[in-house]
Amino acid sequence: MSYIIDRRLNAKKKSTVNRQRFLRRYRKHIKRAVEEAVNQRSIRDIDQGGQVTIPSRDISEPVFHHGDGGQRKRVYPGNKEFVEGDEFRRPQGGGGGGAGKGKASNQGDGMDDFTFSINQDEFLDFLFEGLELPYMVKKKLRDATQFETRRAGFTNSGSPEKLHIVRSLRAAHARRIALSGSDRKLIRELKKELWALEEATTDLETKARADALRAEIEALEKKVRRMPFIDDFDLKFNNLVRIPVPSSKAVMFCVMDVSGSMTQAIKDMAKRFFLLLYLFLTRNYKQIEVVFIRHHTHAKEVDEEEFFYSRETGGTIVSSALTLTGDVIRDRYPAGDWNIYVAQASDGDNWDGDSDACRQILINRVLPHVQYFAYVEITTGPHQNLWLEYERVREAFPETFAMHQIEDASDIYPVFRKLFARKMEGAA
Amino acid sequence: MSATKKKRKQPLSTGSEWTFELIEAYDREIGRIANGFGLDTYPNQIEVITSEQMMDAYSSIGMPLNYNHWSFGKQFVETEQRYKRGQMGLAYEIVINSNPCIAYLMEENTMTMQALVIAHACYGHNSFFKGNYLFQTWTDATAIIDYLLFAKKYITDCEERYGAENVEELLDSCHALMNYGVNRYKRPKPITADEERKRQRAREEYIQRHLNQLWNTIPQKDTHEEAQEIHFPKEPEENILYFVEKNAPLLEPWQREIVRIVRKVSQYFYPQKQTQVMNEGWACFWHYNLLHGLYDEGLVTDGFMMEFLHSHSSVVYQPPFDSPYFNGINPYTLGYNMMQDIRRICERPTDEDREWFPELAGKPWLDAMHYAMHNFKDESFIQQYLSPTLIRELKLFTIMDDSESPTLKVSAIHNESGYQRIREDLSAQYNLGNREPNIQVYNVNVRGDRSLTLRHYMYNNQPLGESADEVLKHLHRLWGFDVHLESVKPDGTVCAQHHCPPREVLETL
Repeated sequence: MSYIIDRRLNAKKKSTVNRQRFLRRYRKHIKRAVEEAVNQRSIRDIDQGGQVTIPSRDISEPVFHHGDGGQRKRVYPGNKEFVEGDEFRRPQGGGGGGAGKGKASNQGDGMDDFTFSINQDEFLDFLFEGLELPYMVKKKLRDATQFETRRAGFTNSGSPEKLHIVRSLRAAHARRIALSGSDRKLIRELKKELWALEEATTDLETKARADALRAEIEALEKKVRRMPFIDDFDLKFNNLVRIPVPSSKAVMFCVMDVSGSMTQAIKDMAKRFFLLLYLFLTRNYKQIEVVFIRHHTHAKEVDEEEFFYSRETGGTIVSSALTLTGDVIRDRYPAGDWNIYVAQASDGDNWDGDSDACRQILINRVLPHVQYFAYVEITTGPHQNLWLEYERVREAFPETFAMHQIEDASDIYPVFRKLFARKMEGAA
Repeated sequence: MSATKKKRKQPLSTGSEWTFELIEAYDREIGRIANGFGLDTYPNQIEVITSEQMMDAYSSIGMPLNYNHWSFGKQFVETEQRYKRGQMGLAYEIVINSNPCIAYLMEENTMTMQALVIAHACYGHNSFFKGNYLFQTWTDATAIIDYLLFAKKYITDCEERYGAENVEELLDSCHALMNYGVNRYKRPKPITADEERKRQRAREEYIQRHLNQLWNTIPQKDTHEEAQEIHFPKEPEENILYFVEKNAPLLEPWQREIVRIVRKVSQYFYPQKQTQVMNEGWACFWHYNLLHGLYDEGLVTDGFMMEFLHSHSSVVYQPPFDSPYFNGINPYTLGYNMMQDIRRICERPTDEDREWFPELAGKPWLDAMHYAMHNFKDESFIQQYLSPTLIRELKLFTIMDDSESPTLKVSAIHNESGYQRIREDLSAQYNLGNREPNIQVYNVNVRGDRSLTLRHYMYNNQPLGESADEVLKHLHRLWGFDVHLESVKPDGTVCAQHHCPPREVLETL
């Protein structure tokens, strides 16, 4: 006797819990692998899921087993030329007929590292674990200008279009039962009595009694009928409340110097940094816009292609870009509706007299509106006066302004982590 | 063949697509033929699953349900990775020793493969599970699913109550000692899941009370013996997890119950580890014969048989020792050939066979096969039935590897003087007692520091592998006090010691 069952539609992903536990247990290892991956990957697939490799030694489960040594006999198949008594040297290494399979797999030596893949979400989770957008909470409470209407139970008053019919009728029904219950019970009892009398013999006395009962029943039924079908306080209305919601929109400004001193390698590093920021923001906001502003002596808003790949020569006036950023914010992204992030990348070059102006513009026009301003200086040389001016800005706005230096590509991710590391909420 | 030709029937199917009706039809026919060969099986529960579900089943040691643990997740990601990369095909089938016997068919398989799996798993393995003495003695097919359900729920409850991390640590430790959680000789009594739940409460109480007596620190009337001379346990205990469950001084009742669960699961799989060659050999032998039975009746086409024979021969292929694909002796090959060999010896014995197997030659082969299936495990089966013919066919030879000597030595080959020795060597190779280090609980310092001493009785001077210290850490976690492990030579001298916590640390303190 056999039963054939189609299980294909049964719950899948039975192993999900176990898999998550595995990931949790080896969180540190996986994070390290993810960080390495970010540094090595090309920009285009930076946000893909990917292979994670862990040394198998670290995750092996120990059991008692025999080690090398002692005498052991093993039987092998496929003899070709051996005869009894032959002696030969031990084969070196794992290959050949020397080591049995049981040994090799138990000891884990010579085995490949343990490799498996994680998907994009998990990859990003590990990538951005422990990071947070600075001061988003404050923003939510302070600047909330958007409201959302949500249900919040039921009330006894409201406008007619919010009337909840089912609940109202249910309430009316309940009221009628509650208020007329005792009367109807009485009616039932009287009726029973009346029927009993009608069954019985018909003498005058019972007839009088029956009439009295009928009158009483009628009076009671009248009373019950007078009960209103629906009453004012039966009415129930949907209760809707307006709740302020934080804006789910964000705009990210990428500001980059494209003067002659910025080589393609430096721009690539800047791009990586912008990309990380973009990915990070996409995890926090529903809608993100990106504004690319590049500058040499003049600033210009451009599209992505031009931003990263066109080259111009010329001097450098950083303040032009900051002015343009301020203008764009003023014209298109009112701070009440938008979470504004600015990331600026430069090699630190600036026209000497301009750095002071940069500080002024930042302090007066840009920083009051933005959530966070991150400046990275991609250089191996000594800092110039732009850096020094920016340090003064940082003193004035320690919470919204951050700056860091990047020397080569492997610094990008650590610097990014530093900029967005979760801070204690003390400053709030 | 010519006799059957006249009554050839219509083939059951001609294409490679399967349908539920076809599976049913094949199962009916295969079952009919199997019945003719006297295969006694549990009822079959054939479940069609997807490859993803197959991977799930893979990573929970083949069981349809199991408690949660990260190591199963590790296995899952590993399986998934290798499957996706195409390094590994999934097994065609998984079959569970339960009543009804659950067999998984993968939906990707062709009709031929489904029929092969039905013959192999639902009639081959199934009858082995039902008939072999080890399974009859050690496992209870009717209760296992219920027990796993109980175990899963119990462990989930513990996770909620005591924290997933604590449970995980405990399971890690138990898993490290899982191979030492079996009774090799004592027969466990079967018990239903309901009873299990009822007993669990009672057990908690009892053990705790019993323990308190063992560890009672209130001084008792002094006997003449020195405290040190009390030997506990009186006899060495091979089932380390059992010993821990019953005697570890610091475990909470729920921890004891989890130790017990791991122990029970281990015990359930113990017969499978001991009968791999026989079990696979038996199943291969029968899928081969059952499907040929279908072919002889004309129920399957030539194309079906070609596909089947292709899979069959790759399953029972044995790469020679010097091939890059060599990965030990293929249990399917060995088992299948030995089973076929028994039939050959019964039906067409040579003079050599008559000399080696006087009790088989010329006897009815079916009875002989059933007898072999019922009453042996790998070790004894090889000892009893490995024939010179097969040794020659597989060209078996023995290599002696003595770490004292600089060279390896060929100690026996497939010739007159070697047959008996190869048989013994191969049999010993399948003796679980030789494959795993023999480690037993030797003593507990009951009146002193409560330290636990294990003894490793060395086999052929083989030392322990380097993970022994790690395992001791786990045992230390369970036991709660110092743990020592001594490797002992047959003459009684202790030649190596492991300690947890390590001795050096203790001395510097």
